[in-house]
Amino acid sequence: MSKARDYQSVMARKAEIMLKSTGIDYSKFESGSIAFDYERMMREIGYTLEEIQKIQYSVNVGNTPVLELKNLTALARKCAPEGKGARIFIKDEAANPSGSFKARRAANAVYHAKKLGYKGVIAATSGNYGAAVASQAAIAGLKCIVVQECYDSKGVGQPEIVEKARKCEALGAEVVQLTVGPELFYKFLLLLEDTGYFNASLYTPFGIAGVETLGYEIAMQFREKYGQDPDAVVCTNAGGGNLTGTARGLLKAGASTKVIGASVNLAGLHMASDSQFNRKSFTTGHTGFGMPFSTWPDRSDVPRSAARPLRYMDRYVTIAQGEVFYITEALASLEGLEKGPAGNTALAAAFSIAQEMDRDEMIVVQETEYTGAGKHVQAQLSFARENGIEIFFGDPAEEVPGKNIILPSHPSLIKARDVYLDHMKKSLIKTAVNIYKTVPTEEDIVFLAEETKSSVEFVREVLKSL
Amino acid sequence: MVKKGTWVRIHKIVLKPSERAPQVPEDTKRVPLEMWVKGFLLQDAELGDEVSIETVTGRTETGTLVEVNPYYEHDFGKCVPELLAIDKQVREILFGGEEQ
Repeated sequence: MSKARDYQSVMARKAEIMLKSTGIDYSKFESGSIAFDYERMMREIGYTLEEIQKIQYSVNVGNTPVLELKNLTALARKCAPEGKGARIFIKDEAANPSGSFKARRAANAVYHAKKLGYKGVIAATSGNYGAAVASQAAIAGLKCIVVQECYDSKGVGQPEIVEKARKCEALGAEVVQLTVGPELFYKFLLLLEDTGYFNASLYTPFGIAGVETLGYEIAMQFREKYGQDPDAVVCTNAGGGNLTGTARGLLKAGASTKVIGASVNLAGLHMASDSQFNRKSFTTGHTGFGMPFSTWPDRSDVPRSAARPLRYMDRYVTIAQGEVFYITEALASLEGLEKGPAGNTALAAAFSIAQEMDRDEMIVVQETEYTGAGKHVQAQLSFARENGIEIFFGDPAEEVPGKNIILPSHPSLIKARDVYLDHMKKSLIKTAVNIYKTVPTEEDIVFLAEETKSSVEFVREVLKSL
Repeated sequence: MVKKGTWVRIHKIVLKPSERAPQVPEDTKRVPLEMWVKGFLLQDAELGDEVSIETVTGRTETGTLVEVNPYYEHDFGKCVPELLAIDKQVREILFGGEEQ
């Protein structure tokens, strides 16, 4: 008898479909309460750093160059107080086969899928990850389906997502395109069930372990070239995997580098709104993912996300859309490097943060992404203007997402704005208690302290205030 | 007529407005969840017909035939003069000897 295919019935089979499509029995890491054994999950399901390096290097992923941005550093120093202005570097992840750091996550996921005997892989993503999975599946000889949220109800596609669809198809994948809505997950589950393919989720332990090499490489490259670890690394933060993997890699290298998350500020825009879908100029790296996924990582497409950014974040800043576009153009104009805007979120933040740091310090932006039709700064600004977004020079602090994009009238107006991390930590603890509807055990309290990079005392204080 | 075996794009309603998930915002709830997929046409048909296709992964999907030999039209956008102003500004600050 064939299974029911309506929305409710398919969603009710979620756990069963996930188990079959990831091969991971998440239940064995559960405590039965809020806590689960994160490190054991990473150890038993993931791969060692050495194994990952071997997997990635065998498919031409990783070992990307670190570039010093001397002219951008000089520009930051022109805007900074006397003696300030750290040296700014980028790790040119666009040099990976699919044009972004996501190749690292995909290499591992696809390797694992092939090892387990799956005939194909499926990824639900509107971002660079789709092209990364398509690229790796092509190398492995596996079939690949990418499910995208791409259009609004008028059939207008976000140019950046349309470009990613093109790239996926160019790399041999089938692309299933949908209009706005979280029910994408329903179609995703149906596809997993119908095909029996592997769920190349962004949030499995192997996906996140795949990014650890990025952090590790940064430490090794800096030690070799400059004789020391960088002082700070800035990671564009959305689902949290980029930051989590990079931070874990730095820790594995024994580096004490400060880890800073940066997201484009899209406050006020609803991510599942049809009418607001094409009023944002960033499809990832923004607060619409960054905030909810940091304060509750287990909202992803697997039962327990391996991306848990609040465990590793020393600081979290937001940056305005206009600031990222400005810095993207400045990168082309002053450094001769054309890169995609979304990947430059952390760069815009680093340009500002460098001005707080001393001149002999070093700050690294740990990714770049490819650019092209649809993904280019001009394509995005032009599309925004056609959608009624006002674009003008002024103070980006006054930008209202969905209404305008304010390009800084002078680079000195580019300012990373701090998010109060304690609020986010409290939010995570509160959500945990609400979701599990339980009085936290001693084990839960220790777990929540680890989850929030805080202390048992901090967790107790928060629990008392609830 | 569109011949069997032609590369086409189909459109399908996945969920009607009444079937949408409860957590979806009001504006999204008013519209259906739509889907587009590409593949090789499995029978001769006309634009607007209900058809079956075989995708590049070998899956069969059904829907309304909307496009024959579909292609991409996204581009680098229209001229945004502000970008030229940014180029000029950063180069002047850095290399133009502007007093800081």
